[in-house]
Amino acid sequence: MPDVSEALAVAHASDWAKIVAGLIKVTGNWALAEDCAQDAFATALVRWRVDGVPPKPAAWLALTARNRAIDRLRRASSEASRMREVGIVHELENWGAAFSASDVDDERLRLIFTCCHPALPMPARVALTLRTVAGLTTGEIASAFLVSEATMAQRLVRARQKIENAGIPYRVPPAELLGERLNGVLAVLYLLFNEGYTTVRRNDLARSAIDLAASVVELMPREPEARSLLALMLLQHSRRDARIGSDGEVLTLEEQDRSLWDDSDIARGLATLASARARGSYAIQADIAACHAQATTADDTDWPRIVSLYDELLVLAPTPIIELNRAIAVGMADGPDAGLALLARLSASGRLAGYRLLPAARADFARRAGRTAEAAELYREAIALATSDDDQRLLRRRLASLEQ
Amino acid sequence: MEYMLFIATDTEPEPGVEQPGEIEAWVEEGDRRKIHKQGDRLRPPSDATTVRVRGGELLVTDGPFAEAKEWIAGYDIIECADLDEAIDFASRHPMAKFGRIEIRPMWPMD
Repeated sequence: MPDVSEALAVAHASDWAKIVAGLIKVTGNWALAEDCAQDAFATALVRWRVDGVPPKPAAWLALTARNRAIDRLRRASSEASRMREVGIVHELENWGAAFSASDVDDERLRLIFTCCHPALPMPARVALTLRTVAGLTTGEIASAFLVSEATMAQRLVRARQKIENAGIPYRVPPAELLGERLNGVLAVLYLLFNEGYTTVRRNDLARSAIDLAASVVELMPREPEARSLLALMLLQHSRRDARIGSDGEVLTLEEQDRSLWDDSDIARGLATLASARARGSYAIQADIAACHAQATTADDTDWPRIVSLYDELLVLAPTPIIELNRAIAVGMADGPDAGLALLARLSASGRLAGYRLLPAARADFARRAGRTAEAAELYREAIALATSDDDQRLLRRRLASLEQ
Repeated sequence: MEYMLFIATDTEPEPGVEQPGEIEAWVEEGDRRKIHKQGDRLRPPSDATTVRVRGGELLVTDGPFAEAKEWIAGYDIIECADLDEAIDFASRHPMAKFGRIEIRPMWPMD
């Protein structure tokens, strides 16, 4: 007999959003759809252990969720709303009978675009995408974002109310809006990824973001920016086990043990990137990540190519952070003095005042150039600006290493 | 769905930075698309009067609800299929380029 938890995990990954999307389409009721889908998976956990995994798990789950929805609508309906509910119940009966996993792809896209509508506040977009599309429970999302379950539940309730009250359409946007709205969806997914990636203990959020991006690519195979974002996430995610030192501190690329990088993520990232053929900002960032992923050591990295990729990125997004990263790449390509000159100019411009990574980068190059006293002073400046314990620990360690 | 558009500006004292005829063209478009129901300019906050009744007592004060740099220069009531249509139409309002437009769904009495 196949393993029930495994079969459920597979069904959850491939069918959750389809079932929720189908129920929303028929009932227009987001909370009902999510609750009934969750009930169906909970029921499956019990029933499948006794009866075995059904031959068509997706259809079984859809039917169970649908029956739960019909029960709840019948119980809740008052005289006044009965006419409308009878119609919905009738439609639900037809929907359940017709459910097949293949023809609801458009429904999933509709769900993603609605969850990421720009009229919703960003935290609500993120929460709703995780709840409705990825199928995380409210408790799981709450703990990922370090808020109480009640707070998260409230955030989801408000988001669903706004969709209904403000008339946010449940659809894939028409062609003239698609580019802009797709960018909005990708921004939500990248934010989600970064939440998971930058905070060590929340890797599963990064994994959810990758799965969601993979669905968008599957559903919109002709959109190169979606592919590029998926590639970027995979290439960054490949380093997850190498990023953290034995004391929990975040390691730089140079300090990481590259044998810990995940080869299968790198291979998948590179293949995805090759198929993207785009020149948007995600593609360029993915190209940069690919340069790192293909280098066996930091010195072996193709730094001149990285410099030219940052040049390209600066045309699209002229931000001081990108200038900072470009200056670091120049320093790696042409020697510490070249990097220091650019960083000094950036520092003098005042545009990154208060940003710890600027003095930290200058300190690293001063150390490489053998100017220990200058490096020590810059590390102290960076430590004073660092807000997280992890960052402070990393900088203190480098300061200490100067004195050896 | 019915929406109210609040046309807000922080320009003093006249909101009229748009080209002559722009508003008329916008209203005509709304009429043609059968989504514009009603709308007008409003006189500035210096002409506003605020009314409250507290403990049975009428309190009349000079000026708007809140002292803010931004003030409501006009309003429109539109009937659209959904929020995206309302956003699209509001974005074509000449004041969208200079001020800001708040879209609020009407809350009908059931």
